[in-house]
This record gives sequence, C-alpha cells and structure tokens, in this order.
Amino acid sequence: MTLIVGSLQLGLIYGLLAVGVYIAFRILDIPDLSAEGTFTFGLAVSAALTAAGHPLAGVLLGFLAGSLGGAVTGVLQTKLRIHPILAGILTMSGLYSVNLAVMGSSSNISLVGLDTLFRLAVDLLPGVDKEIVRLLLAGLFCAAVVAALALFLKTHIGLCIRAAGDNEDMVRASSINVDHTKILALAIANGCIGLSGALLAQYQGFADISSGIGIVAVGLASVIIGERIFGRRGVTWGLSVTVAGSVIYRLMIALALKTNLFPAYCLKIVSAVIVAAALSVPAVKQMLARRKIKREGLRHAVHS
Amino acid sequence: MLCIHDLTKVFAPGTPNEHVALDHLSLSLAPGEFVTVIGSNGAGKSTLFSAIGGSFWADSGAIFLDGKNITYDPEHKRAAKIGRLFQDPMKGTAPHMTIEENLALSYSRSQRRGLRLAVCRRDRDFFRSALAEFDMGLEDRMDTKVGLLSGGQRQALTLLMSTIVPPKLLLLDEHTAALDPATAGKVMAITNQIIQKNRLTTMMITHNIQSALSSGSRTVMMDSGKIILDLSGVEREKMTVAGLMELYRAKQHKMLDNDRMLLV
Repeated sequence: MTLIVGSLQLGLIYGLLAVGVYIAFRILDIPDLSAEGTFTFGLAVSAALTAAGHPLAGVLLGFLAGSLGGAVTGVLQTKLRIHPILAGILTMSGLYSVNLAVMGSSSNISLVGLDTLFRLAVDLLPGVDKEIVRLLLAGLFCAAVVAALALFLKTHIGLCIRAAGDNEDMVRASSINVDHTKILALAIANGCIGLSGALLAQYQGFADISSGIGIVAVGLASVIIGERIFGRRGVTWGLSVTVAGSVIYRLMIALALKTNLFPAYCLKIVSAVIVAAALSVPAVKQMLARRKIKREGLRHAVHS
Repeated sequence: MLCIHDLTKVFAPGTPNEHVALDHLSLSLAPGEFVTVIGSNGAGKSTLFSAIGGSFWADSGAIFLDGKNITYDPEHKRAAKIGRLFQDPMKGTAPHMTIEENLALSYSRSQRRGLRLAVCRRDRDFFRSALAEFDMGLEDRMDTKVGLLSGGQRQALTLLMSTIVPPKLLLLDEHTAALDPATAGKVMAITNQIIQKNRLTTMMITHNIQSALSSGSRTVMMDSGKIILDLSGVEREKMTVAGLMELYRAKQHKMLDNDRMLLV
C-alpha cells in the first residue's frame, strides 16, 4: 500500500516533468535538453523560497523559473539559429551556476521541519491520512496543469504550436511568426518541468543540485510507456497517458527496488535502457520481418 | 497591384559557383491580372517567386504590393497578403492535423484569435461549404488527418487554405506538376474558379505551354533572370503553342550566338 501510494505521489509530481517533455519532444518535435537545468532551477527556487517562508510563491516562481530557462533555449535556437540540442545543452550548463547561486552556493538545502505546501495541506485536513492528503495535493496540481494545457492546445495559439511541430512552412504561410510560437511553447514546456521540480523539493523536503541529471530520460521513459500501453491519439489523450506513464514508471522502479532487482544507483541506467529499448522497437521489428522475407525468398529460389 | 523594380539576386557571389538568378528584373501587375510565367529550368522563375514571397531578400531593387514597400518585410508578414502554392503537395499542409484544423490555422490570417478556441461552429460550416464547391467529398471528412489524403486532395486543400482569406497576390509555382493528368486538370479547374470568383491577382509558373496560353490574360517568358518576352492582348490571343516554342528557341539561339561570338 505504501508502495502504491508513494509511487502515485511521485508519479504525479514527475508527471508534470513528463508533460513538459511531451510538449517539447512530441508536439513541437524538438529534442530539448534544457530540462536537466530547468527542472533543478524550479527545485532550487522553490526550496530557497520555502526556506524563506514562502512555499506557495516557491511553486509559482518555480514554474516561472522553468519558463525563463525554456525561453532562453527557444531564443538560442530560433533567433540565434543554434542547433536545438546544443541550445539545450548551453541553457542546462549555464543554469548549473544559476542554480548554485539560487541555493546560496550550497549543493543542497534541507526543508526538514519547515512549512512546505504538503505539510500545510496535512495540517489543514487533520482527520485525513497524511499520505492521502499529500497524494491529493500532487494530484490537484497535476490535474489542473493537464486540464489547462489540454484547453490551451485547443485555442488558436495552441493550434499554432501543434502546427509548428508538424509543418513549419505551413505555419509561416499562415502569417504566423514561427520563432515566437516555438519560444512560447518551449517556455510552457519548461515551465511544467520547473513546476515539477518545485513540487518535488517541497514533497521530499530537500533540494539537491544534481536532481536534474538524467531527468530527460526519465521524462521520455514516461512519455513512451504511456504511448506504448495506451496508444497515440489526440493531444488531450497524449497529455493524460503521459501522466499515466509516469505513474507506471514509478511503480516499476519501486517494485524493482523493493525486490532488490537492482540497487538504487542503477536508476539512471534503467531509465536509459527503457527509453532505448522502447524507441528501438520499430527498427527491430522491421529487421526481424526483413530477415524472414529474405529466408523465405531464398528458400523458394532454391526450389525453382 | 504588384510592382517589382530593378530586382537583382546573385547566389554565391564572388565564388566559381556565382549565379545571377535575377538580373535587374522589373515587372508590374494590374489588380486582378493573371500572369503565366514560362521559361527553362534555372531561368529564375522560382527565385522570383521566393523573392516576392520573402524567403530571402534581394540584393538590390524593390518590391511593392498594393502600394506598400514589402522589400524588407519578413516572410510571415508577407504571407498575410500573399498566398503561395508549390509543386510539392506535402508542403502546404500539416499532415498530423485534421482538415478542419489546417483550414482554421490559415483562416486566422483574417484576424488574430489568441486564446479563443481555434475552431468555432460558424467557421466549421463555412469551411464545409467552401470544400463542397470542390466536389471532392472533402466536406464530409473534416476530422480526417491531412496526411491520409491523396496528393491532389492535399493540393486542392492547400489552394483553399491560401485563398480562404483572399490574398492580394497568389503565387502558383507549378502547383499541378506533381499530379496525374486527370487530377492536375481538376485542380487547375478549381484554381481558375477560385481566381475568377475572387478576382485574384495571380502569377503562375508552368512548363505546360498550352496551359500557359489558355489560363490568364498575360504570359511572360524568363531566361537567365530576365523577362525576355511579355505577351498580352491580341498578340497573345493569336499565339499558338508552336509559335511560342519557336519564339522561345529563337530567343535562346540568339543568346547562344552571342556566347559563341564572345568565345571566338
């Protein structure tokens, strides 16, 4: 039970990260690596503000911090024409220093005993089980963001963002500024990623400068698990199953750790392997199919 | 409506690959005029369209549309007034979005819609009736992803998208060349219908000399970045395909002769 509730809590919080990754990789079709920096940016801002006694401001500014990082990546790749992958790497590297500065040049901040949003929520509902309240709060944030994004992507600006990832020329021909559209979309995507980090800091009661390492693979793993299990359909569906994928990913990890399948330090390689394996499925399928065709063809050739 | 003044564009200047794509070209189009553009490969026809559409800036010269200087306007701004179609039917539509969503996006050229819903019911009815005029059955497939349509259907849709808000200028760059003859004829018929209905000022590149003479009211021939022939009125009406080919060959011969003279 603890395992399931714990996985749900983490799955929903990291679900926001996965949603951000989904917007960048799937909707915009841009390999955006800035998440490694923007996730920690949100986390650091949230921790620093919670330590100063402003947990709610921490979460809101965590979102804005992430958006700012995303916007920087967007400007680098559109206006300054830097390769999208390099643009993300530059933002991520630069943010490392910014994050250390935000955290007062210490590599971690402890929020133990401080008023985090999760603790305030527990105090607000004294009769209810503590873990359930924490789950509800995580679910509330996640549902609100997914609903807002689903609605946003149906508006005119949302349509522009989706089209920008599908056919840039067509967007330009519709008299829409593609650069601005991409910058806005990357800001929103990384805003979600920053928000995910901001919630995580308050949820786990500490912030660490290295929290963002490998986070893109984690987000992608969630996106892919969601797609493989529930299929690809419209964007609202995509956003929802991405969160579901994140929860399933956390459950898988928790189960594997509990049964001592692998030690905790193997988490990164496990998420990397999941992503690589899932992405290679079509290529491997094709390879096997072709091998079969070749074998059959050669056998018939011998007979004739 | 469109006024091009002394436009020049040189690709890779100062290198062995230097290529003068547009050579001090000037051209004026009256409102509602439909000009067909012919010329061999590399004559500068598509370069001219790209310069008007804003894919790049010309090295010198100026372009005026509807009295405004658009020489240095960014491509997406010009797109509000200029509709463009290319040979590749895949280029003008977003394959993973529905017919309706594609139309909604191009329809937004009429007004900025920001955070309002992208498609409202009134738009939907309007799109349906506009598609119904094509008689291709597209009006009943509004929720179909455009990637599932055939090349001809996609090109017809692109045509509607670039004219749904009537542009000041329509540029057609061999837009039927990638289609089979029957579909090409159908798309060309729709094209003429839309141009006549909205009295659009139009330029159309084609390699089909017959269609160059039968469509529109004026024909220009390009070679080496210049306009070498400008036919309209009676002269054009009397022109035959064979006659035009002969003229084309004569013009080219003259230039070859000139080259030879230089070499001797």
